[in-house]
Amino acid sequence: RDFNERCAQCSEVNWGLTDGGRFYCRSCHNVTERTREVVNADFVSNGRIQTISKGLRKQEKTDGGCEWYVCEGFQLVLKKQAEALEALGVCPQMKDEILCNFWRLYLQKSKQAYCNRPARETVKALSVCDSSTDVDSEPERPSVLHFLSLSESEGDLQTDCSFASSTSKFSESTSVCSGSVDGSLYLMKNQKDKLRMTMPMTLSFCYMALLWLREPMTLSDLLRFVVEGHIPYLNAFQHFPEKMKLCGLDLKIFCVESWPVYEEVYSKMLELAAFLDLPRFPDITDSCFLHPDMLCMKYLMEANLPDELHNWTCRVVKKICIGEVDFLTLVPGNKSTRNVKYDVLAAAVIVVVLKLLFLLDDHYEWLLSDFAEERNKNNKEGGPYFEFKKWYKVIKCSLDVEQKKLDEERAKYLWRCEKPLFYSAEKKSKVLKRRQMVVNLQNQFGKLSGSVRPAEKPSPSSFQLRWSEENTDGSCFHGHSLKGILQEKCGLLTAMNPDYWLCTVKLCTEKLCGHLAHYREVDFPQSYHFVLRLFSFLLRIQPSYIHDEVCAIEHKLFNKKLCKKPKYNTGVRK
Amino acid sequence: SSHEHKLNFKKSKEVCLSYIQDAMLQKQWKRAAEFLTFYVEALEKDYSTEYMGPSEMIWRIGTEILCHHSHSSVKEFNSFIEQMKTSGVKRYLKVCLEHAFHLLCNGLIEEAYQILSLAESWRFGEQTAIQDKEMKLIQAYRGLLDYYSWSKQKTILLEHGQDGFEDLSVEQEMHNCFRKAAVNLKEIIKIPGVWDLFVKCYVDLLEFYGDHNEARQVLNEYAYNSKFPANPNAHVYLYQFLKRHGESKKSLISALKILHDIVPSHELMIDFNTMLQKSKKRKRRRLGLEVIFAVLDYAGWKENVKAWSCLARQVKQIVISEKDLDWIKQEWNSRKDWWPAFHFSRYLAKRNWQENESLAYEKALVAGILLGKDCKYFKYVSHQGCKAQVKRFRILKKFVNKHNPVCLRISG
Repeated sequence: RDFNERCAQCSEVNWGLTDGGRFYCRSCHNVTERTREVVNADFVSNGRIQTISKGLRKQEKTDGGCEWYVCEGFQLVLKKQAEALEALGVCPQMKDEILCNFWRLYLQKSKQAYCNRPARETVKALSVCDSSTDVDSEPERPSVLHFLSLSESEGDLQTDCSFASSTSKFSESTSVCSGSVDGSLYLMKNQKDKLRMTMPMTLSFCYMALLWLREPMTLSDLLRFVVEGHIPYLNAFQHFPEKMKLCGLDLKIFCVESWPVYEEVYSKMLELAAFLDLPRFPDITDSCFLHPDMLCMKYLMEANLPDELHNWTCRVVKKICIGEVDFLTLVPGNKSTRNVKYDVLAAAVIVVVLKLLFLLDDHYEWLLSDFAEERNKNNKEGGPYFEFKKWYKVIKCSLDVEQKKLDEERAKYLWRCEKPLFYSAEKKSKVLKRRQMVVNLQNQFGKLSGSVRPAEKPSPSSFQLRWSEENTDGSCFHGHSLKGILQEKCGLLTAMNPDYWLCTVKLCTEKLCGHLAHYREVDFPQSYHFVLRLFSFLLRIQPSYIHDEVCAIEHKLFNKKLCKKPKYNTGVRK
Repeated sequence: SSHEHKLNFKKSKEVCLSYIQDAMLQKQWKRAAEFLTFYVEALEKDYSTEYMGPSEMIWRIGTEILCHHSHSSVKEFNSFIEQMKTSGVKRYLKVCLEHAFHLLCNGLIEEAYQILSLAESWRFGEQTAIQDKEMKLIQAYRGLLDYYSWSKQKTILLEHGQDGFEDLSVEQEMHNCFRKAAVNLKEIIKIPGVWDLFVKCYVDLLEFYGDHNEARQVLNEYAYNSKFPANPNAHVYLYQFLKRHGESKKSLISALKILHDIVPSHELMIDFNTMLQKSKKRKRRRLGLEVIFAVLDYAGWKENVKAWSCLARQVKQIVISEKDLDWIKQEWNSRKDWWPAFHFSRYLAKRNWQENESLAYEKALVAGILLGKDCKYFKYVSHQGCKAQVKRFRILKKFVNKHNPVCLRISG
């Protein structure tokens, strides 16, 4: 407090103390090298308390807010997300046990709670994951933690702090820069080793819990539900209670301005699992939804492909051993195994099978289709033979329609919500005014738009495209037979196509560039691109991700041939 | 790939904007309005350093939609514009100005006047100084509307005057308007620019109150001050003024000379040539020839009888006098390669004869002189004319035949 130098960055004299006893400028968060001299032990141990002269009690009176910590905010978000998932049909265990405990474990590991803090802090435990959302609720309820290895925690869990108390807070100026107590510090600290929580990470948590429980929801499903609005994410903070005021730096933490990206959520999930030192996840066996055989079935149905193709996908899965329990089950921290993206994998398998049967070189598949058409003319008994051409027409039509709808929805996406956000109290009136103007304009032009705005969200569903065999227009291909394109050899039906082309001869090193291959639409046949596009739409990911996976599968599949004589493969293309 | 699965706020709004744009280009106003409702929340993130940020977009797009949409009313437009005024203080005056224009286009002159007056009284710290130009425009247009009122009252007064009534209040009102208008109009035309309408009105006011000197000065400034952009109309106004006040031929000619230099195809060139032809001074007559040839270089004059008759008269005159033939030679030199095909083709001969006998006559005369009696145009038209037993064509034929040697000297 006696430190009266001007800050190097902003020239203010407004100093606070960090954890490490260093001075930092409250205005611009510039941390200096100057440290407080330790005068006596008492002083040091109460150092924190001393620097917080007035505390937040003052704030409580003026705007009805309360103190809250960033991780409390995230906790609320997770809770809401878990509730939404439960409403979608996920078992309640996920919310009450799994997610809850993962979160607690995380708090402990990142030393935000459930740990031994330096003795100078007093305790105000907060009950986690019970039904109350009230931050000011009664202090701690003892909760049984299934997954924490007690040997790691120090001391008695009940008396140790879970959250820092109201008396040990940061200086009042941080609370001006953010509604939360530790907002600015949260962003400031270098938390690489502690895995700082972010909004996309909430989805990583959810997915991790879903995976643990082996729920029938893939990551792409989860992310799609988020975008469709069935799972709180975008403006999740609007579920915070009134008392939890958001402003300033909180916005950077809780306000999302972009959709979650598959890769990001997935890789964070892996990091998280390793960080939490989780053991091997429950086994993914062939009766699980996430097993490639199951997922292939689902995607085949959705892609309106014949059921008979399932035999082929199973064969491929078996051949390259990707249906093995050990391959599919997640073992956190194990860097030697390649981590499995179940949805992408299944889609890639289907693509490979299509390539096996139809070649997809913009030439052969059409010939084969004509051939099947010919055979169909003489085909009186049983189901019709599958014709690629017909399938292509139907799917292209639907895909174009759906894609167009999706593109329009994207253009109409609304990012803002009712709850106003402002960086500081001075900006509040401006923000509110703007909001009012936006609402007025929406009303005015809404009336002129003539159409009724659909107020309802589309109901969530696992299938985006549906095909029914009851349709007499013949647009459903599930029951079609592959006989038209297969030939008999030694009593077995095999593909007529003897050729195959590899997507890439050599796989890239993932570590260098993050990808196994580099997909460019122009380099590949249009039929191949079309198939990628189809699954890209269903999974809401870039075609290149599926392409990467296809490359990986092909290399496994033709591994022997590749190793023997690289020139053996016909029709190799880059 | 256009199907970008990563999407953020900024990109999302860009996409939305492109949908609005498409809808507007196809005149689907309902659809444009629909997408605009989804775009407006971009206002809440308007930290734009871009050339055109969301609030300006919304202003311009919204205006377009409201102008064209079948269900929109002036009331709605007004309420929208008022909101736009508050959304961007840096644009305040511009929005006011355009608001006024819109009202004027819809015939709501009173309302436009109010808007302009209101805007005139606007003050906002340093913005007032920054938006100085817009302010001048606002004052100028208000001045214009004052002129308009003045003009109406003048008409009333004159009518009453004819009926023998005197109306002091109208007269007083009229003078009031004059003062207000004059002040503002005078201001704006000081600034280099194109102010045709303002200049005309101001000059009208000055002339009415007899301040001819001021009027002349204003027009001279407007026409000759090099800081002002080159503006043919300035010279036209000056010329008309000089003519109205019976100024000397010399000043009239000098005014029109500049016009000839800037816009050789201007319609006043006919008057110019007529004036010059009659002159006693050789130099002027020479100029006249140059002027009329230049006029007919332009496609828009091809079928203009008056222009051809001017040219015909002058070349005929020269041929008869056999003096100054080299003038024609000079003018013809640069044209002999392309005028025959441009004006005197056989096709045109037929067409001109069918559609406009007088045109054919004049042209034939010119053709006969410039190209000789054997040229296609002359032969065809004169033949047709004689066949039809139109007297003047017989005379024409004789004339050209008689002066053929002279004509051949022209064509060289």
